[in-house]
Amino acid sequence: MLKTLRQIASIGIVTEQPPQADESLRIRDGLQDRIRAVLGRALCIRHVDAGSCNGCELEIHALNNPLYNLEGLGIRFVASPRHADLLLVTGPVSKHMQVALRRTYDATPDPKLVVALGDCGCAGGIFGESYASFGRVSQVIPVDVPVPGCPPSPTQILEGILAALSLSPARTASAGERT
Amino acid sequence: MALRAWFTRSYTQPGAPGLRALTVAREEWRQVTQDLAAAGGRLVALWASRDERGAATIRGTFLAERRGLVLSLQLADAEAPYPGLVDLFPAAARMQRALADLSGMHSTDPDTRPWLRHAAWPQSYRPLTDPRPLLPAAEPEIDPYEFLRVEGEGVHEIPVGPVHAGIIEPGHFRFSVVGEKVLKLEERLGYVHKGIEHRFTELPILEGHRLAARVSGDSAVAFSWAYCQALEGISGVEIPPRAAWLRALCLELERIANHLGDLGALGNDAGFAFGLAQFSRLKEHLLRATQEALGERYLMGAIVPGGTRADLADSGARRLAICVRELADEALTLRAIYEEHAGVRDRFTGAGAVAPELAARLGLTGLAGRASAQAFDLRIDLPCEPYAQLTPATIGRSEGDVAARVAVRFDELQESCRLIRRICEAVPTGPHLAPVRVPADGAVGAGLIEGWRGPVFVALEAAASGAIRRCHPHDPSWQNWPVLEHAIIGNIVPDFPLINKSFNLSYSGHDL
Repeated sequence: MLKTLRQIASIGIVTEQPPQADESLRIRDGLQDRIRAVLGRALCIRHVDAGSCNGCELEIHALNNPLYNLEGLGIRFVASPRHADLLLVTGPVSKHMQVALRRTYDATPDPKLVVALGDCGCAGGIFGESYASFGRVSQVIPVDVPVPGCPPSPTQILEGILAALSLSPARTASAGERT
Repeated sequence: MALRAWFTRSYTQPGAPGLRALTVAREEWRQVTQDLAAAGGRLVALWASRDERGAATIRGTFLAERRGLVLSLQLADAEAPYPGLVDLFPAAARMQRALADLSGMHSTDPDTRPWLRHAAWPQSYRPLTDPRPLLPAAEPEIDPYEFLRVEGEGVHEIPVGPVHAGIIEPGHFRFSVVGEKVLKLEERLGYVHKGIEHRFTELPILEGHRLAARVSGDSAVAFSWAYCQALEGISGVEIPPRAAWLRALCLELERIANHLGDLGALGNDAGFAFGLAQFSRLKEHLLRATQEALGERYLMGAIVPGGTRADLADSGARRLAICVRELADEALTLRAIYEEHAGVRDRFTGAGAVAPELAARLGLTGLAGRASAQAFDLRIDLPCEPYAQLTPATIGRSEGDVAARVAVRFDELQESCRLIRRICEAVPTGPHLAPVRVPADGAVGAGLIEGWRGPVFVALEAAASGAIRRCHPHDPSWQNWPVLEHAIIGNIVPDFPLINKSFNLSYSGHDL
């Protein structure tokens, strides 16, 4: 016990400043601004792997490490879509996951947001469309914010999640090209 | 016939060192596999392919007596069942079912249920051999899959997944339980089947390593190295010494990144969130050092045909050497905390035990195998360059429980840190990349690399003008998923996440 406490005390707090929302990523609006204003940054995320190689999952895990400290921002991952405000979907959607993804989406209460993660979630990635794959997530459920990258870094994922949450005045100010 | 006689008849298999190739007649297929099993051999992979004339071949890769054998059985009639191997190598069961789903050839073994095929394509369609594209179907049906039922008073089933309550890959687990105690677990995988083997045939052979790196994202280095090893074998390319050392650096970085992640998650699953916070902090430091030295947090693009994409600057080597020295020290501190924590020790010890005899019988491999006295490591037993010079230490336990799999990770972490420091000090100078030619039509190469989970295998068949006829990537999770079903028997349901995590098997690498 003493060793554990000594370790905690000696490491201290290592959390870094979070990035700003990347408004240019948002392509659709799942939430009205007044709901966003109420939510603030208190957000519950349900992750769905719809066919990923597991690379994106590694970087989602990193968001929970003490340096990014996602929970410190009021954002946390939940175990059921019934508790979620936002679905974070990875992978090209495999045909075998279509039903499960659709059901997870339907089980998430309205209003809801969807962030499609990684080159695969955004555009099918290297796997593309085939007898076994639908490619991009938006082929199966509506997507608010696609976040490209293979895999996207934790900072890029956070920029995308914050973009899904931020109010539209800020968005209209910096809409369009990524600055 | 003794095993030696089969090896005498064999010829050199291009690709990984120590591999031989042998084409056998139908009646010999069982004889040679019986001899391999009798010699304590291991089944690495089983797959099917068709040559340019459409003739079907069943291929299997086996390891025995510190050598490897790639067996080929040409089928005169692809519709007639080929001799199954389940009685000799239990791990063959799912590989044979997957082979039937994708290529259409059936074995003589009794379990004919589909494995990777759910409802996405009909049984009559064979994705890897059918020249016709699959016509888009209407809404997919829910496929009727028959689980084995456990009957008796008080038995009930708990279905879990495919979407799990965490940041993990999808799969279905069917538990039959009495009270909290698990009588039986049956896995249903294939949810993330996205047509990887078919996709390979659409890529140029000099580009396939990019897809190989994404077979299982946590094993990007192992798969892309195995792919390149197969390709370089059939292209007749010898990679420069510096390239081999840099690849080993990448492979060991991948190993410790995964071990750090698992050690944290295992503490968390035992109710010790402190462990997750500490180990995920160390992992983040390692990923940042990796990015500074090699340009990527995860080395998805590091291994390319002929060598490595990036060279390692002296400053990068110093950065990595310092990072892993600090990391090794911190891991020792944390290990002492884990070992002294009564709650953690209580959850780890005895949970999900796989006895050495069972591990040997079922073919448990890689890290999990080494925790159950299956002392096999390609880096030691069948080393490619530079491992013969690096001489990694043999690591193992015999208890076969969660605690043993944790201990193997702690030991391997220290050993890999030592290897990384050694590489950073002694990496040979010279080029890190050699030119690679397109291989000849019909050439078959094989790559075999000890990834962090275990042996990663890639078989690669070239077609004309730089195309891929067939590529079969194989993750060691194929061998270990069925053993997890045994490991959980008699344990309680709430220990499943911990036991499952202690194996940490790949879904994507298995589902392809």
